[in-house]
Amino acid sequence: MFYREAGDFKTSYAEDAQTFPIKFDRYRYYFVMAVGLAILPFAVNDYWANAVFVPFLIWSIAAIGLNILVGYCGQVSLGTGGFMAVGAYAAYKLMTSFPDLNIVFVVILAGFVTAAVGVLFGLPSLRIKGFYLAVATLAAQFFLVWLFNRVPWFYNYSASGQISAPERTVFGFPVTGAATAPWAQYAICLGFVVVLAWVARNLTRGTLGRTWMAIRDMDIAAEIIGVNPLKAKLSAFAVSSFFIGVAGALFFAVYLGAVEVGEAFGIQKSFLALFMIIIGGLGSIFGAFAGAAFMVLFPVLLKNVLVGGLGWPTDLAAHLELMIVGGLIIFVLIAEPHGIAALWRTIKEKLRLWPFPH
Amino acid sequence: MKLTRLAAAAVAASLAAGPALADLVFPSLSYRTGAYAAGGIPFADGYADYFTLLNERDGGIGGVKAKVIECETAYNTEKGVECYEATKGEGALVYQPLSTGITYQLIPKVTEDDIPMHTMGYGRTSAANGKVFSHVFNYPGTYWDGASIIVKHLLEINGGDLSGKKLALVYHNSAYGKEPIRTLEELSKKHGYELTLLAVDHPGQEQKSQWLQIRRERPDYVLMWGWGVMNQVAVQEAANIRFPMENFIGVWWSGSENDVLPAGDAANGYKALAMHGTGMDYPIYEDLKAHVYDKGRAAGAGDQIGTVLYSRGMYAAMLAAEAARTAQDLHGTADITAAMMRDGMEALEITEERMTELGLPGFGPSFKVTCENHGGPGVGMIQQWDASAKEWNLITGFIESDDSVIEPLVQEDSMAYAKENNIELRCE
Amino acid sequence: MPEQLIFATEVALNGLMTGVLYSLVALGFVLIFKASGIFNYSQGVLALFAALTLVGFQDGQVPFSHLINATFGTEIHGFGFELPAIIAIVLTLGVMVLLAILIEKLVLKHLVNQEPIILFMATIGLAYFLEGLGDIMWGSDIKNLDVGLPQGISPVIDTVTYEWFGYGFFIDKLDIVATVIAAILVISLTLFSQYSKQGRALRAVADDHQAALSVGVSLRFIWVLVWSIAGLVALVAGIMWGTKSGVQFSLSLIALKALPVLMLGGFTSIPGAIVGGLIIGVGEKLFEFTVGPMVGGATENWFAYVLALVFLVFRPQGLFGEKIIERV
Repeated sequence: MFYREAGDFKTSYAEDAQTFPIKFDRYRYYFVMAVGLAILPFAVNDYWANAVFVPFLIWSIAAIGLNILVGYCGQVSLGTGGFMAVGAYAAYKLMTSFPDLNIVFVVILAGFVTAAVGVLFGLPSLRIKGFYLAVATLAAQFFLVWLFNRVPWFYNYSASGQISAPERTVFGFPVTGAATAPWAQYAICLGFVVVLAWVARNLTRGTLGRTWMAIRDMDIAAEIIGVNPLKAKLSAFAVSSFFIGVAGALFFAVYLGAVEVGEAFGIQKSFLALFMIIIGGLGSIFGAFAGAAFMVLFPVLLKNVLVGGLGWPTDLAAHLELMIVGGLIIFVLIAEPHGIAALWRTIKEKLRLWPFPH
Repeated sequence: MKLTRLAAAAVAASLAAGPALADLVFPSLSYRTGAYAAGGIPFADGYADYFTLLNERDGGIGGVKAKVIECETAYNTEKGVECYEATKGEGALVYQPLSTGITYQLIPKVTEDDIPMHTMGYGRTSAANGKVFSHVFNYPGTYWDGASIIVKHLLEINGGDLSGKKLALVYHNSAYGKEPIRTLEELSKKHGYELTLLAVDHPGQEQKSQWLQIRRERPDYVLMWGWGVMNQVAVQEAANIRFPMENFIGVWWSGSENDVLPAGDAANGYKALAMHGTGMDYPIYEDLKAHVYDKGRAAGAGDQIGTVLYSRGMYAAMLAAEAARTAQDLHGTADITAAMMRDGMEALEITEERMTELGLPGFGPSFKVTCENHGGPGVGMIQQWDASAKEWNLITGFIESDDSVIEPLVQEDSMAYAKENNIELRCE
Repeated sequence: MPEQLIFATEVALNGLMTGVLYSLVALGFVLIFKASGIFNYSQGVLALFAALTLVGFQDGQVPFSHLINATFGTEIHGFGFELPAIIAIVLTLGVMVLLAILIEKLVLKHLVNQEPIILFMATIGLAYFLEGLGDIMWGSDIKNLDVGLPQGISPVIDTVTYEWFGYGFFIDKLDIVATVIAAILVISLTLFSQYSKQGRALRAVADDHQAALSVGVSLRFIWVLVWSIAGLVALVAGIMWGTKSGVQFSLSLIALKALPVLMLGGFTSIPGAIVGGLIIGVGEKLFEFTVGPMVGGATENWFAYVLALVFLVFRPQGLFGEKIIERV
């Protein structure tokens, strides 16, 4: 009844091309933004920030980045963990080498460093396709982790090889280090998410996004109609790695505060990111958010229900959690192989017709 | 976003249901699943059982019941954060993360939140410097102490002279495994032995290259800093190449029953560091049996009792309980807070008489924690595996580490940390 | 012979033996990929699950005992008897076949015609599920696996090589046994797929699903068949690795060792899996031996992948993979 285009007239091209053409969608979007920006920062405590919102927001950035590569450009990558490590270590080196540099620029620069590394490891994609490429990106994953563990320069020759984030401030408020207030952690991550999601949305519906999708759908055909595969694939690797690098930098500096590369950026992270975009929906920005929410929040929720709510022994709960998450992944893939985003689209279609059946 | 809100509401509901009693809360960040479960299970069982004993036998500590909140981390840093945030609001007195990664991550957080953390024989070694690390304790010994104790033991065997000997270190290629390298290098300058470093990448299922190299180069002694599957494979490979087991010495995390049992008889004679006694020959087990096991209150499956890592969990619990008692005396209140607990840990004194009173005579060293020294005395023993009897035997008394080498290293590393994080020195 | 060369030979020989084990795990992948186009990530967890089940049967453990005890407050742990290894192996095989049937019925059937990446993700979901199930059934502590395989240095090779080179080679008896068993398994699988009726059907399905369906091959039966064979391969791999290190979670990570083998050999080629395994095994050991000391060691994890990557740049379909023909 409320959810339809009828009566929602567009009088300019800009209006016609906007992200949310339906009024109801637009208001929903404004509402979510308002809650995220104006209400949540005042409501989050340590637990909510550290266990729920901050990881969710950071993983959203990583998922958007990976979605650009996998969902829009069709290049399957299992190197996400390694690229996040690049972002984290770049941020650490920048933070300790230039103590006066604002953390926001540190994170952005870390993203650019990661983009460069991403392009380097993206080069084989010009020759290698499909699963072969997926497994080939594992080379990046394992090599990068080994490198950061092995070369003392990356961790400033500390005795143990751990890196920890010193305190840095934005507008006088600490956002990294132990003294960070939960709202500040939340706010800086949200800031990055909003800006980067906006960038991703506009990149993917512009020329660049179209060339990516052309490559994804059939690269030879795309080449024939004049898309340069070299440019398209490498730009996808670069943009995607930039996002993932930013996520890695935030993951290290804002969320964890101290990391050990093998533990924090192992291969599990690569799989986790890939899960997010597949469960969420390939080739959809909303899907990246939905997938990140599913994979980050669901285990926490499950643990709280099983251990806190039902009082089960923690080990049984943990085993059961694995089974439930695994089972649900299979279930989602069977029920809706195109992810939560596709489910959402179906619901929207239904809503548009409601209350009439046709 | 819809999903987020739904989930959020459900989490909120289940969190609100949590109890809020005025107990002494000891969170146990355990890992009973994942790659290191075999190490995590006995520790968590021992930790829980000791507090159950105190509650059942003495009615708690100083009349207040102790409550152990277990939270599963699966040795994973992010889950560790979640567990920390989830439990700290319930009045947690002291954290024992039992993972190097989680330790590093919590060091700044616990300091900020004014909750002490005890990393017994793991974590950041230079946290022994209480001037810099106000809330982190790693008594009774650190990795660097451990490395030094092994070298001292070798010196003893060789009549005080190691010059010209060849030592090899097989280590887990991670922050944890790299800890002893610096100390061993410093000590090699002092004692004139030759050191070969052999890294094993996670998880350590495949170590053929490393052991072939050991077989070729025939070092006199092999030291090991391993954890998880790496231990079992290393012991097996050492047996395979017929390396004399009594010359193979592991750190305290490479010396549990789990590590030697898969190799069977071949593991006979393998040595490991021990920071405490093991086995069931202590009077406390009579009480445990009467008040805990026989009443069916044993934690977990109850099949880990008396093992090395169970003993370690119990020892950690004992030290925590003693520190809580010290804090109660110090502040004159039974209902202590985390900040009081910290004071208690800093004033902790374990004497031989007290250990005997607790039913654990000679189980651990007697020591005294001070404001400057959070690392305790830095002593340890050497234990040896007897494959036919399937038990560990202590073959030395407490050996003291070489302070003249370790102290400067601790100073250097902790001062670097203090400088990087603008920490003012305490205790002056 | 110069000393370094003798050492290198020893390292290479050991690499070959390790390579055979890699091939074995990779074979499990190839079979399923050929028959159904599924890249089965859960192969490693299958090995863990098989080994856990085997030990459980051998020791007479009650499955789910921990869950039952926690729910009903009982104290059951074991049946109180121990089964001989051979019976336990047969029973475990039965469980693996049952698992194959269940996987086909509950998962694969519903995912027919999906994109490869979706199928891949579904097998990761399956891996999570089986990992949890294995833990909850048999517990997550380390279990000793002993089915009577010999272990330790082979004295014969030691003495013979000592006479030849003046340096006795180290070859693990377990590795020799593993090589022999793997070789038998590979030969019998090849014979099976070449000469038996089911084998021909399997190859037909691998060539073209629809064509095979139209001549009356049951796709679903073939799937159950390949997953059962994959279960068998997993069991053998689980026994080999489990004997060495005890049965524990890390066993599931051997899947990661098989991936570069697959890249190198091609996802669809059985000989590729074998040759690829040998190349990776020898390559990583020799690299660790020669270059490892210069860069600080522990190179084996990434070297296999980088080696495979370099190969792929020159041959994008792997060594023995089918030539990729692309049309618009």
